[in-house]
Amino acid sequence: MNSVFVYCEIEEGVVADVSLELLTKGRTLATELGVKLEAIVLGEHLEGVEKQVFPYGVDVLWKGDDARLYPYTTLPHTSILVNLFKQEQPQIAFMGASSIGRDLGPRVSSALHSGLTADCTSLVIGDYEDKKNDKVYKNLLYQIRPAFGGNIVATIVNPDHRPQMATVREGVMRKEIFDLKHEGEIKNIDVDKFTSPEDFVIHVIERHIEKSKINLKAAPIIVAGGYGVGSKENFQLLHELASVLGGEVGASRAAVDAGFCEHERQIGQTGTTVRPKLYIACGISGQIQHTAGMEESAMVIAINTDANAPINKFADYVITGDLNVVIPKMIQYYKKNSK
Amino acid sequence: MKGLKIVVLAKQVPDTRNVGKDAMKADGTVNRAALPAIFNPEDLNALEQALRLKDKFEGSTVHILTMGPGRAAEIIREAMYRGADGGYLLSDRAFAGSDTLATSYALACALRNLQTDLLICGRQAIDGDTAQVGPQVAEKLGLPQVTYAEEILECTEDKIVIKRRLERGIEVVESPMPCVVTVNGSAAPCRPRNARYVMKYKYARATQELQDANEDYMNLLNERPYLKITEWSVNDITCDPQELGLNGSPTKVKNIESVVFQAKEAKVLDASDEAIDAMMKELITNHTIG
Repeated sequence: MNSVFVYCEIEEGVVADVSLELLTKGRTLATELGVKLEAIVLGEHLEGVEKQVFPYGVDVLWKGDDARLYPYTTLPHTSILVNLFKQEQPQIAFMGASSIGRDLGPRVSSALHSGLTADCTSLVIGDYEDKKNDKVYKNLLYQIRPAFGGNIVATIVNPDHRPQMATVREGVMRKEIFDLKHEGEIKNIDVDKFTSPEDFVIHVIERHIEKSKINLKAAPIIVAGGYGVGSKENFQLLHELASVLGGEVGASRAAVDAGFCEHERQIGQTGTTVRPKLYIACGISGQIQHTAGMEESAMVIAINTDANAPINKFADYVITGDLNVVIPKMIQYYKKNSK
Repeated sequence: MKGLKIVVLAKQVPDTRNVGKDAMKADGTVNRAALPAIFNPEDLNALEQALRLKDKFEGSTVHILTMGPGRAAEIIREAMYRGADGGYLLSDRAFAGSDTLATSYALACALRNLQTDLLICGRQAIDGDTAQVGPQVAEKLGLPQVTYAEEILECTEDKIVIKRRLERGIEVVESPMPCVVTVNGSAAPCRPRNARYVMKYKYARATQELQDANEDYMNLLNERPYLKITEWSVNDITCDPQELGLNGSPTKVKNIESVVFQAKEAKVLDASDEAIDAMMKELITNHTIG
């Protein structure tokens, strides 16, 4: 039966979080559809990589182990996916909405003439009725994503073309071990058969990839600032609160664009999606682009001078006041009450 | 080195970054008319990279290719004010309802009409944020692609060296020419309009914009052919009509919901010491913090 495929990114021997998150989602959907979950890893020195992916419920691991496949370049990875998909006919294929997945996905979808939906926030199986042609499609992949700057949420389907392809950003799906003892089958890809010499025309001359130092996704508490914080200096106050509470500092796009803090801290549709235990929104008005990335927070405190800011609708505590007054008091009363 | 023929793919988009109260209609659909139409921001970064190459290599030309309704010619004019030589407007009802794949098919067919040494476009458009059209055009034309470009470091007749800005770092790659380059918003901003070019090109028009033009205007355009913005309909490109528009789009929109804020009961506090003291106590008691 036509499987669910996940293209897994690998950097320095470690499978990317976004790929493991997609394997988790892929496992759920494959079980629901009664098909296999298959993973693809392309790179070099891939011995033992199966230990990283099998616990996520992978039934078949396709390995392409070749020095020319690392670091990633578009053309050989595209050729391998296109040829493998032609051979294996998957019904669904996922990749991360990362700088690799967003480079690779469109190229593969174009070569296969299959639809691709970028940056999905939800993926579910459902039926689709094509009223014009009076046809009902069973068990399609609903690819749900915000569009139009986050002002609408669209559900996209690919009725007639396979695979149904989607990319998802890091942190949007949950990463969850399926079974630590789960074992799958390993299949090796004949790289020479699936690529041609012309695929290797792009050369990576220089490369500096850093591990992300700021881990917003793992932070249980996030103190986030918006344009209303006013300046880079005022952001220091947020850092103080975060450090006292044991959290991280996040920001809205407006604050990042204004240069108040670095881009890695951006939360929202075009940044990271977070689900902390506590989200403290300071001077954030609550544009949908931002709230899309934090609305699943367990508890929200909104500090704003505007009593009618849209963010307040998400909040458990609404504090109307100047954050330069409120934050020092929060630090003060936390210290007083916590000992 | 001979001059380069550069084409910049650009899109006119609704300004989704400044969505006001009247942007949504009562039925929850987007009121496009209420949003200003702008030059897609990253396409301006792309234009700047093209213009820098033009400055560097004498005899180079920069043309815009855009698909859209008649008013999309505005961005071609805007590019000309900043230093582009001209542009092509691909406009036809047959393209309506295109997803990214059908869009890139139409653009690729139009590009076959042109001799191009280098194709540059923005990484993504702000109305869809998909980043798909650049790579898909490259695939359809069988060209290599370099995405997330921040700066073109070196360019010769047969190769180009590009710095890419990735999520967690940078990469410098070398690609053969011709190729497709998609440019990041982190690249240099586009130069402003040049008054001389504004004077020169302010009467430039695409065919659709000339429907009500008087005789004087038509005479002016005949005297100055550079004021004619080339317009192509589906009949001016070699293509399979089945691959265009809604028909040629594998993805279908099942439904669209406008985003509605969910009301939730909140405790409303002022900034007083008592209120904040009480809140911090609650948060510690229920193990949210501490």
